[in-house]
Amino acid sequence: MTTLAKNARSAPPQTGAPKPRGGYRRIGDLKIALFFIAPAMIGFIFFYVVPTIRGVYLSFTEYNILGDPTWVGMDNYTAIAKDPLFWNSLAVTGQYVLINIVLQTALALGLALLMHQVAKSTLIRGALLLPYLMSNVIAALLWFWMLDYQIGVVNQFIEWAGLPRVAFFGSEEWAIPTQAVINTWRHMGYTALLIFAGLQAIPGNIYEVAKLDGASAFQTFRKITIPLLRPVLVLVLVVTVIGSFQVFDTVAVTTQGGPVNATRVIQYYIYQRAFTESDFGYGSAIAVILFLILALVAFIQMKFLKGNESDLD
Amino acid sequence: MKKSLGAVAVAAVMALSLSACGGGSSSSAESSKGGEINYWLWDANQLPAYQQCADDFTKANPDISVKITQRGWDDYWSTLTNGFVGGTAPDVFTNHLGRYGELAENKQLLAIDDAVKKDNIDLSQYNEGLADLWVGQDGKRYGLPKDWDTIGLFYNEAMLASGGVTEEQMKNLTWNPQDGGTYEQVIAHLSVDKNGKRGDEAGFDKNNVAVYGLGLNGGGDSSGQTEWSYLTNTTGWSHTDKNPWGTHYNYDDPKFQESMDWFAGLVEKGYMPKLETTVGASMADTFAAGKSAINAHGSWMTGQYTGYQGIDVGIAPTPVGPEGKRASMFNGLADSIWAGTKKKDASIKWVEYLASADCQDVVASKAVVFPALKASSDKAAAAFAAKNVDVSAFTEHVKNKSTFLYPITDNTAKVKGIMEPAMDAVVSGKAPASSLTQANEQVNALFK
Repeated sequence: MTTLAKNARSAPPQTGAPKPRGGYRRIGDLKIALFFIAPAMIGFIFFYVVPTIRGVYLSFTEYNILGDPTWVGMDNYTAIAKDPLFWNSLAVTGQYVLINIVLQTALALGLALLMHQVAKSTLIRGALLLPYLMSNVIAALLWFWMLDYQIGVVNQFIEWAGLPRVAFFGSEEWAIPTQAVINTWRHMGYTALLIFAGLQAIPGNIYEVAKLDGASAFQTFRKITIPLLRPVLVLVLVVTVIGSFQVFDTVAVTTQGGPVNATRVIQYYIYQRAFTESDFGYGSAIAVILFLILALVAFIQMKFLKGNESDLD
Repeated sequence: MKKSLGAVAVAAVMALSLSACGGGSSSSAESSKGGEINYWLWDANQLPAYQQCADDFTKANPDISVKITQRGWDDYWSTLTNGFVGGTAPDVFTNHLGRYGELAENKQLLAIDDAVKKDNIDLSQYNEGLADLWVGQDGKRYGLPKDWDTIGLFYNEAMLASGGVTEEQMKNLTWNPQDGGTYEQVIAHLSVDKNGKRGDEAGFDKNNVAVYGLGLNGGGDSSGQTEWSYLTNTTGWSHTDKNPWGTHYNYDDPKFQESMDWFAGLVEKGYMPKLETTVGASMADTFAAGKSAINAHGSWMTGQYTGYQGIDVGIAPTPVGPEGKRASMFNGLADSIWAGTKKKDASIKWVEYLASADCQDVVASKAVVFPALKASSDKAAAAFAAKNVDVSAFTEHVKNKSTFLYPITDNTAKVKGIMEPAMDAVVSGKAPASSLTQANEQVNALFK
């Protein structure tokens, strides 16, 4: 605690943008600025802007990739509105995001506090990141085998404990929670690291004052840590919620949408319509809808959680 | 996790390359005689046989070499589609009945009628029906047959012996959708619970089953190729109004739904594992682990089933149905030529060689699959026999003409997309088979 406090004091956190020194800048800088921005800009235009615009265009067409796209206007969107599988995919994805984000954020916050105040060994802090170093597909397959109904080691332990085996991936009730927990396991170390960085940015003297005033540990956490951590927490939430909505690879290598429609998450449904059923127009239209949903979710989070303001000023 | 933009980007890049390369590949369609042909297949087990075919082919035609690429089934079709769009598809590739209709319709396949006529290829030398499968809706031929498969019952010999079920009984099983016939009796008898009680004894604990009489692969989606079609199609039911190129599916037929209710009932009785327990480990591996006594599966699995150590496996024909006949889906692969190939003549030569006795005898000698040529099929059966595997359960279907064709229609991928969850719901007991009527309406709406 003391070392961290010293660090924090010697290097005050850079929150809030530095105030611009001059009111305006000379236009001559523009060329140089563009020169430096160009590499990122070219990549952004070619790999993000152009594909996005083309995706939006394709969402108004019928397109099987081998022929030419034919303009069908809003047909894809009206069909989606009546498509029970689309609404199912929204519900399934929502369930996944809820379990994943609540668990992941709570566990990551707990881990970050432990890293901040108890586990100071670099080895232990590093170990928390280990699952994140594994690719998503490997993590999913690893758990797919460990949780297998017939030959999985986890079910062997469950049986030894005298309980009935659980079809973690096979039953409709378990499939989504199982995958949400697996991805929580993989991502919580990384999320904890982000929150931990936020904790380190809170000046130690505030805690010392709180201690002098006789605040309990819980009061300190609730009244000081959480409010001062808010900008970081909001950022973490925005990033992890967007990531969580895009769950795909875990589903693709394990249940592939089944059993029945229990894991047909929105990204997998897009993939199925576009790449399996060669309906790229329909797939693009769902992708556009997902894009709008994510933009809205991020906007709401930033707006109502005031993610771009800090209480430290 | 971050696939969305990636997927869009891939699609867009593919689309861009379409507009960039589309003109180039079509304009240079002049055909040269020699050079290197690219050939793709997905089954790694068959790679050695076809590599030998390629070597022999180059020996006979020194100006043409063949480069074989093997890709797993999961990547095969998407990579192929990318190749069509980007102009890098192989000249010749292994094609599947469930896919070629769409490819032909999108003008990606070369019709080979002229070559077949010019080179006097006798289509009657192939097993019956195989050559006809590859004539598209436009009446043109898009492939020459290379192999075929049927369904049989793989059984654990030790489990049958301890249950007192003879090989003779296995060869004469009967089935009907009402009481399941002797097939259900054998399945019930071979199901054993944790206390050693058999499925046909009083006090059988269906919630604690150690060995299931019949293994389960999955719900079977639209075709039920290995899962239920060998039963449902003995009742006179068939998937579509006509085959190939049917335009109406029949999942709403009461005969079919009665059969599916019987099938799902096996789970309820404790004679077949629950669908939810089959996600993960393959049915064949579960069989090898001693969890099921009989598995209905395809002839292409013969090598795997007979290859497990310490387990003796027999193969019985599928049961005789209510109309007094057995039934097995008959699926066949073929080699097709990409319409955009720049080596048309050499590609045709290679396809004809693949479909000839010279190559199919080589494939037969490896005892992996049954080649399409009648004479080569017999040689494959002999090669299996040399390995002490009796494959008559599979060949019998062809000899007795008790096969029906894999349903070939348009929209197969979409049909599968609708039927997969619907069948899962039925086989897992979540919905009665009558729920398939609604799925059937969705399917048939695709053809309007």
